[in-house]
Amino acid sequence: MLRYIIKRVLLAIVTIFIIAAITFFTMNAIPGGPFNSEKATSEAVKKALEERYNLDKPVGEQFIIYINNFLHGDLGVSLKTGRSIATVIGESFPISAKLGGMAALVATIAGLILGSIAALKRNTVIDRLIVFITTLFTAVPSFVLATLLLYIFCIVLQWVPVFSATETHYALPVIALALYPMAYITRLTKTSMLDALGQDYVRTANAKGVAGWKVIFKHALRNAVIPVITYVGPMLAYILTGSLVVENIFTIGGLGSKFVSSITNRDYTMIMGTTMFLAILMVTLNLITDIIYSIVDPRIKLD
Amino acid sequence: MQEQNTLKRNALSAQIDLSKFNFEDSDFEKATEEEKRQQDVMSESTTFFKDGMKKLMKNPLAVASMIVLVLIIGVIIVAPHVVPYSYSQIISVNGKRDKTAKNLKPFEYSENELAYIEEGGTVFPHIMGTDAQCRDYFIRVVYGTRVSLVVGLFASVLVLIIGLLYGSISGYLGGKVDLIMQRIVDIIYSLPDMLVIILLSVVLNETLTSSLEGTALQSLGVNMISLFIVYGLLYWVGMSRLVRGQILTIKNNEYVLAAKATGAKSARIIRRHIIPNCISVIIISTALQIPSAIFTESYLSFIGLGVQAPMPSLGSLANSAREGLQSYPYKLIFPAVVICLIVLSLNLLGDGLRDAFDPKLKK
Repeated sequence: MLRYIIKRVLLAIVTIFIIAAITFFTMNAIPGGPFNSEKATSEAVKKALEERYNLDKPVGEQFIIYINNFLHGDLGVSLKTGRSIATVIGESFPISAKLGGMAALVATIAGLILGSIAALKRNTVIDRLIVFITTLFTAVPSFVLATLLLYIFCIVLQWVPVFSATETHYALPVIALALYPMAYITRLTKTSMLDALGQDYVRTANAKGVAGWKVIFKHALRNAVIPVITYVGPMLAYILTGSLVVENIFTIGGLGSKFVSSITNRDYTMIMGTTMFLAILMVTLNLITDIIYSIVDPRIKLD
Repeated sequence: MQEQNTLKRNALSAQIDLSKFNFEDSDFEKATEEEKRQQDVMSESTTFFKDGMKKLMKNPLAVASMIVLVLIIGVIIVAPHVVPYSYSQIISVNGKRDKTAKNLKPFEYSENELAYIEEGGTVFPHIMGTDAQCRDYFIRVVYGTRVSLVVGLFASVLVLIIGLLYGSISGYLGGKVDLIMQRIVDIIYSLPDMLVIILLSVVLNETLTSSLEGTALQSLGVNMISLFIVYGLLYWVGMSRLVRGQILTIKNNEYVLAAKATGAKSARIIRRHIIPNCISVIIISTALQIPSAIFTESYLSFIGLGVQAPMPSLGSLANSAREGLQSYPYKLIFPAVVICLIVLSLNLLGDGLRDAFDPKLKK
């Protein structure tokens, strides 16, 4: 158990280091320095700037400085706005985290409920309907769904204002982000629930005369949840990448829309900083899920 | 048994001595027609492939998806030859550019076109209307679908080739080689793929653009090439794990042991036993890979890292439709419906293939 956790933590550290290397060296491969665009800078000013940002040093040394700064929480400054990237992330991430967290919660709860219903009402109209809807939702990309929701609820029905600066409406973006993972969790839960319902311990519990709901919740569902836990990591990754476009469509000023606008603005330091932050977030979340999974199901091992 | 005179009966023989029975002709009646028919083979002999196809054809969802896919592919092949418009050029009426054909509704004609029709000319209808740059939208959606499908197919083949090679080497050699190769896979697997794609797209965009100028690849755009590069670098790991797992299980089967015991060489074992046994799984997961590649492509196009303008893709069409969403919602609906149809039918077809060819895989 401890061995497994140590192994996973080491793997996570190696992964983060590799991501740091990829980000740093690919960004370095872009021709032209960050100060080339400034027309009025004289050679002396440029040299001073490069010295200030350590750009005159060899690439290897720059990488070490970058990692060192990074470990101290210094992500550098945005090329376009000149603001500290750490501050920008600190401001915008809570909004994204709230959105993503709600979407993950909605997806998991709705998925578990729908999946259990589909399994319990197997081969009925309800089951078929749930399967049909979930198959449909797994084929709709989040950005299409988000735009369609925006069109239907904001423009046609006018239930929600399109752009609101004062207050953020989370309902539509949460739905746009949650539907795909919800559909996936529903399918997962259905199969594992069917599997659990066919087990001997469920039959035994039924034979003993345990109340129906108790069998479902205490025996079947508890075991059916285990495979769903493995999906938590991929789900969070999906929500994270999905939030990049969904935030943009609904004009929510979270980290996602900051990231996308930094891509369109070619703000390299910002791209680098946000990528590193998101990558570490994803790797850490994956690590936590894996550890929880190994605690819930001790049979699991690396490999 | 010891050598004996064949005519002399062995005292210990358990064979029935026919000479002790008195047979009559009536004992040897000819079989009736009905009795003969019982010996007939009612169904034709079937191969694995035929059997699977038969099962697939019985699956209504899979058949419907196949029909939808064939229709879509048919349209995108035929349409550019039938529709007289180009995806990148302003509609021209009677040889003149028609600036009035802006944001037309489906099957609507512009002022110039109406005038031309009154004069007796024929104008091909704009099935899906036109866009803000006076281009026929139908042909743009057709080309967008082409781009998305080709990207999906090509990326999946790339994944298949790399994953197959890596996975089979790792699985077949085993031991230390396998261990090291699998640690590499573990690390690549935990990289956040979408972030790396975005990052590489941004960088390759800057570095490759100049070197590609004038080559055939230019029309495809740097972003698509970086998408392929990233697929080649990252996405094969899932496939390689699958191939490795398959090879490990098949390698330990009794029939492989039997083949080894009778002196079969490695090449023969791979050719006769391992490949036929894992091919269906590999083909199915390649089929399931296509929709995910299409998703990735449309996503990247949506955030502006997709194909080079004026070349459309379904994602970039959906993205540009956002600007006039209030007035021209159909511009979003058409590409969105096509993406959903393609992904849905590929998913259903993949599921059908899995059920038909490999019931073991069914979860």
